Amino acid sequence: MLSTTEGYMTPDGRQIGGVVMEMKNITLKFGGVTAIEDISFDIHEGEIRAIIGPNGAGKSSMLNVISGFYVPQQGEVFFRGTKRAQLKPFEVARQGIARTFQNIALFEGMSVLDNVMTGRLTHMKAGIISQSLWRGPAEREETENREICERVIDFLEIQSIRKTPVSRLPYGLKKRVELARALASEPKLLLLDEPMAGMNVEEKEDMSRFILDVNDEFGTTIALIEHDMGVVMDLSDRVVVMDYGKKIGDGTPSEVRNNQAVIDAYLGVSHD
Amino acid sequence: MAQSNKGTNNLVSLPALLRRNANTFGSSAAFREKEFGIWQTWSWAKALDEAENFALGLIELGIQPGDFVAVLGRNRPDLYISMIAIQMTGATPVPQYQDSVADEMEYVLAHCGAKFVVAGDQEQVDKILEIQSKLPDFEQMIYLDGRGLRKYDHSKLHSFLSVMESGKNSGQNSRSILKDREGALTYDSTCVMLYTSGTTGRPKGVVLSNANIIETAKTTCEFDNLTQSDEILAYLPMAWIGDFIFSVGQAMWSGFCVNCPESADTLSTDLREIGPTYYFAPPRVFEMQLTNVMIRMEDSGRFKKWLFDYFMEHARQVGANILDGKSVGLGSRIKYFLGELAVYGPLKNTLGLSKVRVGYTAGEAIGPEIFDFYRSLGINLKQLYGQTEASVYITQQPDGEVRGDTVGVPTPGVEVRIGDNGEVYYRSPGTFVEYYKNPESTADTKDPEGWVATGDAGFFEEDTGHLRIIDRAKDVAKMSDGSMFAPKYVENKLKFYPNILEAVVFGAGKERCVAFVNIDLSAVGNWAERNNIAYSSYQELAGNTKVLEMVKEHIEEVNISISEDKMLAGCQVHRFIVLHKELDADDGELTRTRKVRRKIIGEKFKDLVTALYDGSGSVYTETEVTYEDGRKGKISANLDIVDAQVINQANIAAE
Repeated sequence: MLSTTEGYMTPDGRQIGGVVMEMKNITLKFGGVTAIEDISFDIHEGEIRAIIGPNGAGKSSMLNVISGFYVPQQGEVFFRGTKRAQLKPFEVARQGIARTFQNIALFEGMSVLDNVMTGRLTHMKAGIISQSLWRGPAEREETENREICERVIDFLEIQSIRKTPVSRLPYGLKKRVELARALASEPKLLLLDEPMAGMNVEEKEDMSRFILDVNDEFGTTIALIEHDMGVVMDLSDRVVVMDYGKKIGDGTPSEVRNNQAVIDAYLGVSHD
Repeated sequence: MAQSNKGTNNLVSLPALLRRNANTFGSSAAFREKEFGIWQTWSWAKALDEAENFALGLIELGIQPGDFVAVLGRNRPDLYISMIAIQMTGATPVPQYQDSVADEMEYVLAHCGAKFVVAGDQEQVDKILEIQSKLPDFEQMIYLDGRGLRKYDHSKLHSFLSVMESGKNSGQNSRSILKDREGALTYDSTCVMLYTSGTTGRPKGVVLSNANIIETAKTTCEFDNLTQSDEILAYLPMAWIGDFIFSVGQAMWSGFCVNCPESADTLSTDLREIGPTYYFAPPRVFEMQLTNVMIRMEDSGRFKKWLFDYFMEHARQVGANILDGKSVGLGSRIKYFLGELAVYGPLKNTLGLSKVRVGYTAGEAIGPEIFDFYRSLGINLKQLYGQTEASVYITQQPDGEVRGDTVGVPTPGVEVRIGDNGEVYYRSPGTFVEYYKNPESTADTKDPEGWVATGDAGFFEEDTGHLRIIDRAKDVAKMSDGSMFAPKYVENKLKFYPNILEAVVFGAGKERCVAFVNIDLSAVGNWAERNNIAYSSYQELAGNTKVLEMVKEHIEEVNISISEDKMLAGCQVHRFIVLHKELDADDGELTRTRKVRRKIIGEKFKDLVTALYDGSGSVYTETEVTYEDGRKGKISANLDIVDAQVINQANIAAE
């Protein structure tokens, strides 16, 4: 039933494929707190899908459900047409899903290159012994994976900090390194949790450019959470709006912009 | 004069030199570029192969002899190879400054009527697409890096690889066309056209022939013993004659390897990894390097700082003498050797200059402290004087005769004479053919006998025969009391302070001199950090009273040194302003090679100049700025005007 959903054409002429991931009636509770209540939406192949909403709306929880980190009490997640069972993080990664974090989660003491290389871990098959001996297949494997990482480094223009320890980098670059690590795993679906939080205008423009380029160049499907409305409206093909754990809007940026419920949630309503 | 009609062994064009190199040392490295973290190598054989394929591909696209092809992008082997390929087809490459904005490029491309463009990446492609409606001759564009270009209309756009591929698969017909056209190249055919940066007015297209480039490369390679085993780092703009001579002319002639950095940001790492033996940098680069070294030494531990100061003091005394082969006592030599182990060696290694055998600086005057610093480390840094119209070389310093204040003796084959007004004239095998489509300027600059006016005022030192340049001939003016006004002389003295990035002195026709100053953000920023001065922007730092105080001290020191020279004592700076913005080529205040355009600055900041002369204590100003993407904005500021102490000479009446 899911594969029958047609793709669509974006206004700028990109062909979007069928549904890759569908959330059906998701409800997530932490004890007595309902973080997400009965939300359904889907993500098409090749699109940039944004999740927006005021603070505490449940956006990050939603992203964690997509990534399989949280297991919802009710509802089902379909990935590529099949219902997804509960997965361990590495199994999620193997499925082709990668993410970045709202609060940067890099290995601070390691170099940028090493951090990016960790994105290739699930693709490495050599055992611990052959890796430590550094012979034959292990060496070949590392060379291959290094090349993929170098392409990502080139793509994101971080050659000059390749050997720099992450702890010495400014915030904006750390975010870019996180994106590099996620890209190194060659994901089908990329989840970005507030990729532009705390950046200045120039850094935001750079990051927007990179997100569009990733989507364009590798055809990666992207789901992102973002606060900056300008960025969201410019970047995304379709937007889900959440407020207090509920979905209050879903559609193209212009549809969402004119949705009264969304306007109320953002601007507030008078209670008289 | 060596007006030879054919070169040695029929080596009459750069493609011919490329073929010779591929035959003689085919497997050794012609180009290297760091990509994906690894140095990729092009052998001479591979370079020839690519050049041939690309030339065939261009023929398939319909290139004709006499066409002009713009080449724009950062230094990359593919772009160098494409220039040779363009020559193979009988067309002329016109390299462009990659940071030019679209408007500037429009003039140049329309002027030469470029039919094809070879662009480095999306940024460059976008610029051409923006102006293509105003370029009636433009036909096809070829790009190297296809990133972001997937969705572009590819009817006029081709990837470099696809053009090479089509060339490789081309039939006998195209191949025989290529053979004929390459065979038709002579010593007098056009090799390249380069646009001068244009300190005044519109850029002019300087046409240089194969003879110009090859003869110059030949004599200068002999002068400095450049051989096939040398290494060079190509990082200066490809549109600049210097890069064309070093990375194409001399590289093709002697067959040394041209290394291209991975990106502008990785330059210092790449320099260290390559360790060039032949190195060129404008004074600005040496200045920046030295500033960085000094900043890092300030931040280092006490022992390291002491060690550095101790041995640098020794190097200043004997280093340059040892380099020049003069007699130096054994004790000093041993101490210098220890210094080499402890300080000079590691420092040169960090700078990437360990292996430099021949280093040059030119373009602007270099500060004596900076020059001496590098020479005292044992780096054979020399000065040369030249211009685009001369295929670079007019004078240069031979080994062992290097001094900070001269530009050397005439390069072999170059005749130099000083005109009645003090202007320097030269005549050489490298002298340009003409300015493209501009016979009046050609006639103004080059007389029928081939003498070219440099526009610089200078004189030969009687005892050494070295040339000294004072200033641009037209900038040397009179002040209202008739004394000589040489602004550049004063500006250079000011710029030798690490804290001062740029200075502009006014005073022609006036009774006193005033100055604009740009502070160097990295040096002054570091100083501010150490002195607990908080600032949030360039503008704020530039307006800080302590910074003004510091600049005032520098200016007063300069005034003292100027006052010692009787002829120029009138050029002392009486009042100055520290500008609220950095002078920038994007705003037209500097040329693309970063020389100040005094006249334009004077007009643009007219209000400030007036305020400097009318005695007011501060002035409010608004300035239009252009951002890198071409948008415009405004910044406003209240600037303090500061008086500086001048030294009263007997002939200057009491103030």
